[in-house]
Amino acid sequence: MLKQMRTNKRLQLLLGFLMGIFFGFFLQKGQVTRYDVLMGQLLLTDFTVVKVILTAILVGMLGIYPLKWYGLVTFHVKEGSLGSSGIGSLIFGIGFALLGYCPGTAVGAVGQGSLDALLGGIPGIMVGAAIYSVIYPIVRDKFQPLGNFGKITLPELFKVGEKKAVLAVSVLIIFVLSVLELVAF
Amino acid sequence: MQQPLNNHILRICLIAAITVFSLMLALPILTLAQTEDAGLHPAQLNASSGVIGFIKMKAWSPYAAGVGIGILSWFAFLFSNHPLGVSTAFAKTSGMLEKSLRGDQVLTRDYYQRFVPSIDWEWMLVVGLFCGALLSALLAGDFALSFLPPLWTERFGTGIWWRWLLAFGGGILIGIGARWANGCTSGHALSGTMQLAVSSWVTACGIFSAGIITALLIF
Repeated sequence: MLKQMRTNKRLQLLLGFLMGIFFGFFLQKGQVTRYDVLMGQLLLTDFTVVKVILTAILVGMLGIYPLKWYGLVTFHVKEGSLGSSGIGSLIFGIGFALLGYCPGTAVGAVGQGSLDALLGGIPGIMVGAAIYSVIYPIVRDKFQPLGNFGKITLPELFKVGEKKAVLAVSVLIIFVLSVLELVAF
Repeated sequence: MQQPLNNHILRICLIAAITVFSLMLALPILTLAQTEDAGLHPAQLNASSGVIGFIKMKAWSPYAAGVGIGILSWFAFLFSNHPLGVSTAFAKTSGMLEKSLRGDQVLTRDYYQRFVPSIDWEWMLVVGLFCGALLSALLAGDFALSFLPPLWTERFGTGIWWRWLLAFGGGILIGIGARWANGCTSGHALSGTMQLAVSSWVTACGIFSAGIITALLIF
């Protein structure tokens, strides 16, 4: 039944659309589609973004790991290296602070009427993606192999069981969120 | 002996999931039907009617929004075998646009051989994301066209071109960086980290470190 669902292309397009509606709805309700909230996070004056993202990671992890243990879902762990994840994320981070939105929240910002995201951010991201498609062979050959650590997960890296890792990360996230609440950001 | 057990759990999960999903889906439709409430202040609505008031609120607690996104990602993995992600859709749109302008030669690039520009699940997710944010803003009476965010005006004044330039330039860096790192805030910092992928935790740390340093430098 799941297999049939996942291979039905039309159904998947519809599901993608429906899930997108929820995604956009939650992002906007969480206020993380706002420039002021996103920049507040980067300026360390507003911790809404960290609260939303850590809660989502915690709840998400506590669902998808059990589903994986029962064989219901497959993970999609991306390959990483210092040359790709490291350099790429630094370029991304600088752009993030200049634009004040990331790709998903920029689309959400357009939904609430932010014209800077519509006319500046989104065309910019597409131009950036086009530039990358041209430089891709160089990045793939010269940068991405540097410091490759492959498709590994934290439990594999620290050689602990998945259940222990999930528990440890959960405790850590709850601890960080509690500290944030106590310091009253 | 493993198979029957799995099928049993699968069935229960599916029924539960479909129920929750359709319930969540029904709520906004119900809200749209109640047009007579439109004139009321969101806070009043919240006081008078539970769920609909909640949907019409201007902002939720960040924890509520986070729980929603977390649960949504279960469904994305379960029904679509796909983590929530956004930036590949940008690359595909860009590829499709360039193809319509310059023809099929664009598709010969290695990158487009690997990520074929086409309308797929993730592309529809991004279309839905726009609609969902629009719906949320409209229901809360929070939709407003604006070019300059308040925080920007406070620091940089009211020059529109300056804001456009930084937004566009920042966008270019994001477009390059997201594809370079193989994912963005959604694909890595959200969906990758919850799978406890090392690449995603590294990317998330990189994004926020560079973002925080740059933001503190320009503000």
